[in-house]
Amino acid sequence: MRRYVLRRLLQAVPVFVGTTLLVYAMVFALPGDPIQALAGDKPVPESVLRTMRDRYNLDDPLPLQYGEYMWGLLHGRLGENYDGRQVAEMLGGRWTVTALLAVTAWLFELAVGVALGVWAGLRRGRLADTLVLGGTTLLIAVPVFVLGSAAQALFGLRWQIFPTAGADAGWPVGYLLPGMVLGSLGLSYVARLTRTGLAENLRADYVRTATAKGLSRVRVVGRHALRNSLIPVVTYLGVDFGNLMGGAIVTEGIFNLPGIGQQVFQSIQLKEGPVVVGAVTVMVLIFLLVNLAVDLLYGLLDPRIRYR
Amino acid sequence: MTGYRGAGRAVRGRGRTAASGAVLVAVLGLTGCGGFGARASDGTFVAGHPEPDHLVPGDTTSSYSFDVLAGLFDTLVGLTRDGGTVNLAAASVATADQKTWTIEIRPGRRFDNGEPVTAAAFADAWNNAAYGPNAYAANAYFSHIQGYADLNPPGPGARPRSRRLSGVRVVGATTLKVTLNEPFNQFPRLLTYPAFAPMPKAGLRDLKSFDEHPIGNGPYKMSGDWERDRQIRLVASPTYTGPRKPRNKGVVWKSYSSAETAYTDLRAGRIDVMQTIPAAKVPEARRLLGDRFLPRATGTIDYLGLPLFDGRFQNANLRRALSMAIDRRGISKAVYNGDYRPADSLLPPIIAGHRPGACGEPCTYDPARARELYARSGGFKGTLELYFSNAQPTYYQWMQIVANSLRQNLGIKDVRFRQVPASDYFGMLNAHAEKGPYRQNWEADYPSAQNYLENMWGGRGNRMGWHDPEFDDLIARANRAADEREALRLYNRAEDVAIREMPMIPLWTWAGQGGRSTRVGNVIITPYSTGLLAHEVTVK
Repeated sequence: MRRYVLRRLLQAVPVFVGTTLLVYAMVFALPGDPIQALAGDKPVPESVLRTMRDRYNLDDPLPLQYGEYMWGLLHGRLGENYDGRQVAEMLGGRWTVTALLAVTAWLFELAVGVALGVWAGLRRGRLADTLVLGGTTLLIAVPVFVLGSAAQALFGLRWQIFPTAGADAGWPVGYLLPGMVLGSLGLSYVARLTRTGLAENLRADYVRTATAKGLSRVRVVGRHALRNSLIPVVTYLGVDFGNLMGGAIVTEGIFNLPGIGQQVFQSIQLKEGPVVVGAVTVMVLIFLLVNLAVDLLYGLLDPRIRYR
Repeated sequence: MTGYRGAGRAVRGRGRTAASGAVLVAVLGLTGCGGFGARASDGTFVAGHPEPDHLVPGDTTSSYSFDVLAGLFDTLVGLTRDGGTVNLAAASVATADQKTWTIEIRPGRRFDNGEPVTAAAFADAWNNAAYGPNAYAANAYFSHIQGYADLNPPGPGARPRSRRLSGVRVVGATTLKVTLNEPFNQFPRLLTYPAFAPMPKAGLRDLKSFDEHPIGNGPYKMSGDWERDRQIRLVASPTYTGPRKPRNKGVVWKSYSSAETAYTDLRAGRIDVMQTIPAAKVPEARRLLGDRFLPRATGTIDYLGLPLFDGRFQNANLRRALSMAIDRRGISKAVYNGDYRPADSLLPPIIAGHRPGACGEPCTYDPARARELYARSGGFKGTLELYFSNAQPTYYQWMQIVANSLRQNLGIKDVRFRQVPASDYFGMLNAHAEKGPYRQNWEADYPSAQNYLENMWGGRGNRMGWHDPEFDDLIARANRAADEREALRLYNRAEDVAIREMPMIPLWTWAGQGGRSTRVGNVIITPYSTGLLAHEVTVK
């Protein structure tokens, strides 16, 4: 098991180098001059342009620029954007926002999704089942900006149950509405996966055996049927946590949350390579770690799964 | 090696799930009582806008930074509501020859850290902003001042010969002498630009902290540091003795990444002032906000520039024909709710020197006459490519109408669209890489006819490759004129030359639509760099 974890961590190194190089090259290949993009239509004298190009090594070829960037990264420097701000400082505050939003959405998916799935799975073919299947289909079908704007207009503007936007209210109040909007898609998948798995497993021989042994209903469903049904759910939740941590451009925009998604979006438009690569690097690391955790969790749910 | 076993956890897991569900319900109940619209009145108000880039005055050209800087600093000269000049930090700005200016600074004024506002505070701030290696955003605005070239030598590898503008001399504690490269009677208007604000010694010593927490001489001061991506809190400065005494206790500039969301917050009463409601929400805002909807004229003009370096655009009749084939009013109705004002001059109505109908026939929609001029010019050969950036979706909408007009009214068969990424657009125009008419706009840095005419037809904004000695001479004479009326007369004559030759077609002047909440009154949004007059806002 220890060796397995070590091997997985070592595998992360080439993935890490590959993604940063790829992202760096892609930002590099974007059309336009970042210094000019920063200024818009305002005049940029040649002296200023030259100073900026020198300061950020913009005239160097790609391999050299990337090398300089990686050298800095190895020394713990994420560099600065073309506006002179430290990338680490820019991203720091935003990661907190994104992480809080992701955790809120993820907990919502997990709690409500599994609950709905169990409810529907136990009542397969009855009204509850139809309601859950219909409701989740609707949630999957509605684009997130429609859902977000509608939720904001109703819960924020009309009834004022939640703040309309912004992170001022702090966690959890300020993050509940955006978290639920962001988590609605994942919730639908989690509910459906749980429901199907549970409904299938409830008919399995081992469940009948457990019932025949005289175990209580709670124990049969909770310990035997549900636990087996959760493997695909855990896989999904793991991957989805990685996605959520990647920032949610639309949701962050609607609810004015200064998260990582908005920053990456803006920085791509401004061709700010160091910011994009810095953010993506952290995303990749989180994704790798979460996936490792998910793989280890399988063992918890199904003791037959072992790692070497 | 070892198997990973974890029996008997699923039940506990369910228990935890139930617990977090209970927390969720509890929180929902908690928020239900609050209500997020109402705010206690403490005499301050909240304004929403996009995040500024910098707060060091010389290092920004962003109007969102200006929103904040206008409260924090008194420049030497400020603007009145209708675009006139009024002395703020200066007691007098005088000149005999329009080239050498003597500026007396009001004595006894202080920065909010207690330092006196001296002539050196201005000179040091300007030298810092104009020094090429500092790479400040507003560097180019100092190019009128003598010695600028020494701080910004042209050519690769050249080192600056000086750190100080030789044209800026401190001749007394509160007396500044400024020498310009050329006579320039609009200099007091240039001084209204926020980059010309003073900086205290403490700020110049530590520019990084100054950017987070500027120390100004204006009606407001910072309350805490700049909370990046969130807000900037300003409170009325107790030491301020200037003419812009605030009628409120403070203003919070809240950052929004989406204008739609800011508008939603305005409706919810979470912000009090919004200067620019997004175009798509304007009809709704007009209906919902009633007298809290604040429409205004602005100084931004859209133009269609013609690449005269391309031989096919050499004929002036062709250029006039293009202009007369475009239905400006129709486009404003179709794309901008009829709010944008068709251009009848090269200057917007908010600028002194605007003459209604100055453009006359060449700016009038007249397909028959356009066809006639087109035929006389010999027509247009090849593909007509229309260039615009992807910064706004409306550009493509109205370019399509322009294309249809040119097809129908002039019979130009082959019209194509070239939509260019915004980051690439001006670089392309500067390199003269476009092969057809291009969209461009201009909003004055300071309200002056000179700023439009010299920038767009004479200087940097002239991407047409148009040169006309008569125009250049008239502008130079106007800049030298001692009398404002004489200057305007000469600017107007230069304008007439540009209309006659029509190297760039004026299209329309933008409209701005703001809104306010019920908590605030006396909300005045000027069309100039001063924007919202925050100090005038009253809070209930």
